Amino acid sequence: MIPEIGHFALILALSVALVQGVFPLVGSLIGKNHWVSIAKPASFAQMFLLTISFVCLLYAFLSNDFSVKYVANNSNSQMPTLFRVSALWGAHEGSLLLWALVLGGWGAAVGFFSKGIPPVMLARVLSVMGLIGVGFMLFMLLTSNPFERLLQIPLEGRQLNPLLQDFGLAVHPPMLYMGYVGLSVAFSFAIAAMIDGKLDAAWARWARPWTNIAWVFLTFGIALGSWWAYYELGWGGWWFWDPVENASLMPWIVGTALIHSLAVTEKRASFKAWTILLCILGFSLSLLGTFLVRSGILTSVHSFASDPERGLFILIFLLAVIGSSLVLFAFRAHKFRSVGAFSLVSRESGLLVNNVILIVMTATVLLGTLYPLIIDAFSSGKISVGPPYFNSVIIPLGVLLYITMGFGFFLRWKKDEPSRILKKTWLPLTVSLVAAFVLPLVTVSDFNIMTSLGLFLGSWVTLAALMWVLSLGRSPFKLPMAAWGSVIAHIGMAMTVIGITLVSIYDTEKDVRLEVGQSYELAGYNFAFKKIESVKVDNYIANRATMDVSLNGELVNNMHPEKRDYGRDQMPMTEAGIDAGFTRDLFVALGEPLGNNAWSFRLYHKPFVRWIWLGAVLMGFGGLLAAFDKRYRRMKKIVVEPVQSANKIKDTSKNTPGVTA
Amino acid sequence: MKYLLRSLMISLLMSFSLSAIAVQIEFHTFENEQREKLYLDLIAELRCVKCQNQNLAESNAELATDMREKTYEMVVEGKSREDVVNYMTARYGDFVLYKPPFKSKTILLWVGPPLLLFLSLFMILRIVRKQSKQAPKQLSDDERDSVRSMLKSNSSSEK
Amino acid sequence: MNKKYFIPLIAFMALVGLMLFGLKNDPKVIPSPFIGQPAPNFSLPKLYKPEEMVTAKEMKGEVWVLNLWASWCVSCRAEHKVLSRLIEKMKVPTIGLNYKDYGTEDYGDEALAWLARYGNPYQSVAVDTEGTAGLDWGVVGVPETFVVDKKGIVRYKFTGPVYDEAMDQILVPLITELRKEKR
Repeated sequence: MIPEIGHFALILALSVALVQGVFPLVGSLIGKNHWVSIAKPASFAQMFLLTISFVCLLYAFLSNDFSVKYVANNSNSQMPTLFRVSALWGAHEGSLLLWALVLGGWGAAVGFFSKGIPPVMLARVLSVMGLIGVGFMLFMLLTSNPFERLLQIPLEGRQLNPLLQDFGLAVHPPMLYMGYVGLSVAFSFAIAAMIDGKLDAAWARWARPWTNIAWVFLTFGIALGSWWAYYELGWGGWWFWDPVENASLMPWIVGTALIHSLAVTEKRASFKAWTILLCILGFSLSLLGTFLVRSGILTSVHSFASDPERGLFILIFLLAVIGSSLVLFAFRAHKFRSVGAFSLVSRESGLLVNNVILIVMTATVLLGTLYPLIIDAFSSGKISVGPPYFNSVIIPLGVLLYITMGFGFFLRWKKDEPSRILKKTWLPLTVSLVAAFVLPLVTVSDFNIMTSLGLFLGSWVTLAALMWVLSLGRSPFKLPMAAWGSVIAHIGMAMTVIGITLVSIYDTEKDVRLEVGQSYELAGYNFAFKKIESVKVDNYIANRATMDVSLNGELVNNMHPEKRDYGRDQMPMTEAGIDAGFTRDLFVALGEPLGNNAWSFRLYHKPFVRWIWLGAVLMGFGGLLAAFDKRYRRMKKIVVEPVQSANKIKDTSKNTPGVTA
Repeated sequence: MKYLLRSLMISLLMSFSLSAIAVQIEFHTFENEQREKLYLDLIAELRCVKCQNQNLAESNAELATDMREKTYEMVVEGKSREDVVNYMTARYGDFVLYKPPFKSKTILLWVGPPLLLFLSLFMILRIVRKQSKQAPKQLSDDERDSVRSMLKSNSSSEK
Repeated sequence: MNKKYFIPLIAFMALVGLMLFGLKNDPKVIPSPFIGQPAPNFSLPKLYKPEEMVTAKEMKGEVWVLNLWASWCVSCRAEHKVLSRLIEKMKVPTIGLNYKDYGTEDYGDEALAWLARYGNPYQSVAVDTEGTAGLDWGVVGVPETFVVDKKGIVRYKFTGPVYDEAMDQILVPLITELRKEKR
């Protein structure tokens, strides 16, 4: 019964989304105010119905209702409760429901926090979100219904892939989806602006906090995914340039570009068409990611079970959503005249360069991800594009980006003098250059140009950010939150680049054979194999080793790498023991028994690997601070003035052909 | 949100020991570090042709084990990086390389990004030059403020 | 109206075209680099007479088939019937390359037992215990089937179990065609 309620609630949610998608939009065009006013309550109703639907599926998982096919395929009664909850979105159907719920949630949030937004604009934004929801719910109900029942009810469900029975699955997908779907808000705002044919500073102020928050979720989601892969997969990698990872990276990079471009649109009324295009691009790439993950057109380690029929549905959906928005863009973009002119040396130019580099990065990731398919389409055989390619193309772009980043802080809007910038930046430039070359010499006593480059970029951006705050000459407590957000997020970027550089260059690994009582020394750490025992936990049996790690004779930690057997045609799993630290991780994976009380181990020393994710945490935190800046809350008080003045602005804009890159 | 952040911080720094796919551990000895590095580089850059996008180092597939073994043999025999790459591509084609070789069919892949970068930088240079030349007299701060308030009202006065 | 605003739309349409192609395409099929190349040689002990060797070179002069199989390979069982019919119908000499099977401690005599049970259509069975010959032929996964022409050039590779339609529509016409070629 409960699953049927869930199913029914989903159908109702679809109908509500249809109403939300059609009436307010049409009403806003033909001037029917009562149609327009449907938008907000509809968004709440949709959220409510989707929550019911979601809770019903959750109940089916928690009550081990194996009559529901999706539950039977992905969960069993032996699994711990947390993993039965997260199993809900561990496979295709349930993850779509989470997608839809998150979309409903964003819609309701926009409806709720919309006091300053004119009703017509709000109605259009919510309509677009409703239409996106229609697509996703139709997809679910037609091809991937999570509530489908089985005629023959199995006594026990299948084991969820042991890789997914993990805390990572509980947090990574919800975060990532919050980010992906959050970009639909910016997208909907862009569509509304295009229908309107107008884009002003107020619009940018509405769009900015929503974009920031979506970006924050995306940042956390990607970082969590990287961290999960690191501890889960057992070889200590944190980024593989897999198509599915790239699919999450592309919207993030575009989102980063969008955040910066929105700043220009708000403050200088420039980059308008460009901002709109980025809004469309960000969400389009989210959808493209969904398509790539679920259609099976690219081989990836972590794609969902693929199905060409589903692939075709998503492709048609993509065509409808992205295609129509780009058609609208093609016909409407010329209306967005940018007003604020600026000179070659100015903050606008700096941000333009930032945007160009970020978009070239996105294009590179997209090109690299799809190139095997392109080659194949022209029947020129099969090729692989992997980490060596992406590293060699993205790193130089990244270097350019970080160099620009430091200067960007000091650039003034509209027009600046190169000499002034030089006066402001010579100190951080010199200090970071000296640090970059001296630090490696005193610590590792060997010279590697890449180390110095990474350290230089990191310290340059950090110092530039800090000097900029100081140079504002205001008490740190009186600075707007957005300024702090920016400084913190950029220091996060610096931290990540330092982490990436150091762990890539200085990590060491060793495969060793150890008998109980023997030890091995790696990077100064002594790994002593103390004992091994067999333990039974929940739904697996494990061999658990105990390893004492010491540094200069002092015990650092006891590590417990395991090898788990989940039985029932599941592969054995290695559980790495990790001793995490601010400046280094120690990572031990247990291999095979080699007889004579000996086992094989893989030992890793990974310096500064945490900095990669701590940097992402700072980025996200900075993004949050910026999103909650006071000025976004002040905008409610904006006074409505006569329409006449608005026309005046249009006239001035005619004599000022602006940048519409 | 703060709670979320804190728990995120804690979990990022905490020692976690969680599950992973079984790693296959092999013992190899090398003449010197260069040889070892060559081997490690090669198994990281060669693809397990049977797998769903995994390199030789990461894969447990039997084929990957064989290919690793062959790579090791060749490295120990003193073969160069090129020899191993040629050996593998002769059998599996360019598909086996994670770093696609530079040839006519991969020209777009390698030249595309830098070309796009220079073209777009050139384009923005032109656009910025053009529009900054045509820029009208600069507005005073008062004027700018009035325009700003008009811009705001402009959007709020919609219908 | 400005033409440049149509660029994103055009780029997207190209992308959709690519995706459509992708949906019809199987990313797991990897073309063999040996097509059009001389067949790699091998010299391996025969399953039934381990003291004798079977080589690829000795097959030169006629159209022949190389089939990679193993007793542990489940889909080989399904393929075996089809392959046996192909060999009988076309009278095409076929070498069964027993890939990493017989001789290893784990498997024991399973290759022999397997052939005793399902029949042995092969002209000879080569035992590739270490999988070296398999590697030389660029094996991805068993079963795999190669067709080699009279000059010893590899002309076709079928990845996965050969099924009836593939046999009738691809292999039979191909072998007939190749037989017409000069040495």
